[in-house]
Amino acid sequence: MCLAVPGKVIEIWDTETTRMAKVDFGGITKEVCVAFVPDIQVGEYTIVHVGFALQRLDEKSALETLAIFASLGELEMEFGDPWDRAAVEAGVAGKAQEAS
Amino acid sequence: MAELLDLQAWTCPVPLRDSPTIVMGHGGGGQMSAELVDHLFIPAFGGPAPGGLADSAVVTLGGSRLAFSTDSFVVRPLFFPGGSIGHLAVNGTVNDIAMSGATPAYLSCGFILEEGTELAVVGQIAQDMAEAARIAGVSIVTGDTKVVDSGHGDQVYVNTAGFGLVPDGVDIRPNRAQPGDVVIVSGAIGVHGIAIMSVREGLSFGSDLVSDCAALHPLVAAMLSVTKDLHVLRDPTRGGLATSLNEIAVAAGVGVNLVEKSIPIPPDVANACSLLGLDPMYVANEGKLVAFVPRELADEVLEAMRAHPLGAESAIIGECSEEHPGMVVAKTGFGGTRVVDTPLGEQLPRIC
Amino acid sequence: MKYLEEFSDPELAKRLLDDIHATVTQRWAIMEVCGGQTHSIIRHGIDQLIPETVEMIHGPGCPVCVTPLELIDKALEIASRPDVIFCSFGDMLRVPGSGRDLFRIKSEGGDVRVVYSPLDALKIAQDNPDSQVVFFGIGFETTAPPNAMTVFQAKQLGIKNFSMLVSHVLVPPAIEAIMQAPNCRVQAFLAAGHVCSVMGTSEYPPLVEQFNVPIVVTGFEPLDILEGIRRTVHQLESGQAFLDNAYERAVPAQGNPVARALLEDVFETTDRGWRGIGVIPNSGWSLAPKYREFDAAYRFSVTDIATEESSICRSGEVLQGFIKPHQCSAFGKECTPRNPLGATMVSSEGACAAYYLYRRLEAAAPLVPTADGRREVASIG
Repeated sequence: MCLAVPGKVIEIWDTETTRMAKVDFGGITKEVCVAFVPDIQVGEYTIVHVGFALQRLDEKSALETLAIFASLGELEMEFGDPWDRAAVEAGVAGKAQEAS
Repeated sequence: MAELLDLQAWTCPVPLRDSPTIVMGHGGGGQMSAELVDHLFIPAFGGPAPGGLADSAVVTLGGSRLAFSTDSFVVRPLFFPGGSIGHLAVNGTVNDIAMSGATPAYLSCGFILEEGTELAVVGQIAQDMAEAARIAGVSIVTGDTKVVDSGHGDQVYVNTAGFGLVPDGVDIRPNRAQPGDVVIVSGAIGVHGIAIMSVREGLSFGSDLVSDCAALHPLVAAMLSVTKDLHVLRDPTRGGLATSLNEIAVAAGVGVNLVEKSIPIPPDVANACSLLGLDPMYVANEGKLVAFVPRELADEVLEAMRAHPLGAESAIIGECSEEHPGMVVAKTGFGGTRVVDTPLGEQLPRIC
Repeated sequence: MKYLEEFSDPELAKRLLDDIHATVTQRWAIMEVCGGQTHSIIRHGIDQLIPETVEMIHGPGCPVCVTPLELIDKALEIASRPDVIFCSFGDMLRVPGSGRDLFRIKSEGGDVRVVYSPLDALKIAQDNPDSQVVFFGIGFETTAPPNAMTVFQAKQLGIKNFSMLVSHVLVPPAIEAIMQAPNCRVQAFLAAGHVCSVMGTSEYPPLVEQFNVPIVVTGFEPLDILEGIRRTVHQLESGQAFLDNAYERAVPAQGNPVARALLEDVFETTDRGWRGIGVIPNSGWSLAPKYREFDAAYRFSVTDIATEESSICRSGEVLQGFIKPHQCSAFGKECTPRNPLGATMVSSEGACAAYYLYRRLEAAAPLVPTADGRREVASIG
């Protein structure tokens, strides 16, 4: 039900009944009906399902989401294992590493 | 003339009971096609060929080993980016012969033409066949033409058959694949099928994708110059790479492990497949081969392939194993596991 | 392709998986509603990568699986008529009706055509004025706007030889029915991202309230699915239940108001039978009376269809997560992808079809745990 693919709008025109666009999916272009996103602009991205653009893709939101993913595990990378840290501070780093 | 087959006598536990008529899936190159062959044609013709079913049959005549093959072409549209039914008709049979390691020499061709088809169309197809034959270095030496009533037959159907000599010491057949063999593909997959789909009614794209239709025996010759001990060669046409690998896995009783990331797929093909919900592994190719090569020779064979224009993008995509015999399993880009099964019939675009 | 590759990054996937593994302390059962999500999970082996204690129950979010048998049979009847060109999405071609499918109809001479878009069917109608062109308008809310627009255009252009056989199904009533079923094992839902792109998210907080289940709006790329699962397990582990939107780049809270306005005009809500589950009240859309002239169910009076579901098929129980496919006695025997008894074995994301492949694999080569918590076939390096 949900196979919808993101593409970039490269041309827009009106027909007698509706608004159409040429959408670029990474080199493959296809004519798509954009009646449901009537204010979409050339250069914007949209998701396309069975020949219709259903929603605009929000770039800012996409970047934020990717940033969340990238930040996972970072805290640990920055501060490392708390036991190791304590051992280093106590001057017994070598032994802590052997033990772990 | 054989009597009608007695369906009661079929030994297969799952006969074609759900389909008393031929359906399109029987032509798709997948499981249904295989069943039609296994349970209808082979019993009629007297048992399977030794070595298992391959692209071509290797037979002995007068002391010479010949690879002999036939193929029929019903492609729509007749003309597509990168070629026509004419090019396919020659290269298809040439490649089937080449997959036994033979150098293709002579072809026949048979035409079934629909009344009303324009002569210019037939003429162009004949020209394309001549061109492909010239490039492939084969001669079309005999043929036949039949005309059917308008409305029967889709303008032009072509059949070609052909043979070539198999060099001494070469024994290439599906059931020679063994655990440890390395699987190599000669280039990017899915190109022909997507090029066709780009023209077919209702699914048109604006891209520059052209069919990869080509004669492969020069590439095979380059591989054989490294070693005669290639185990399996297959050109993955209908049903795509997945179907060919499954057929080989079953014939040889080995498991095949693939690494998805290493399978070359052009971005255009990947994107077109995304759009339609198709899997590139199941999309037809017309100028590619997949090889099962002994492990110790794999690097050398790969190098020879890459040095040849037809194999410039060759890549190792996996290996054979003793586990899960008859099944093809792929490691996905994330390290997950995915079973790559044979398609049942045609692969269709989906919305889900 | 932009917006796809970034959301398939294996390095980021690893981080999401590490977080999931670090968070999960007990068994959880999560249902992904959408068939497209099921497809993605299986396609990328995500179910092998998440902790074994997190069970993904593949829900009834596949219109192929849930389109009622009577409607399939009606479609087959219409497609068999000599003056009809029957157009359908590819997904529906192998779905078994009472003994036949669209492929068989085609082999018997019916003009059955696969189309990518309902607009292609409208064009076929314009190009073939002497034929009746019927489009099989199935799908969830995602596909409803395209189907609605097609009927709307047919009316605007006065294309008299076009009609649509409509069977839309809706996600929120399905979630309600699943949660109300006795023996329901589902503890959280991944809501269907593209359904919400159209409908927005407002239908889900009441369900969260009523059943105290986390619902996370989730996309389809591997990272989207992992993030949906990640946010879900965080809620479950901390005993919370709220609506979370993990697919904001394609789902604004209000959805697509333009699409929803057209849906109000073209469709009306109706009770709908879900194959294998039964009738769920107000769970479907059919064409509104003002578009009746384009309703194939009215244009073709199809009478006396004797529907006959396989008596041993248990796809309904599978769709609701009560049983696993291999617990059905027909699984792998009378019922295989080659000879499916029910839609869950036909559909590429049907739970039974997916299981069939994996059971064969596990029987032949058991999956072994790896150092980083995945499971894989031992010999894949």
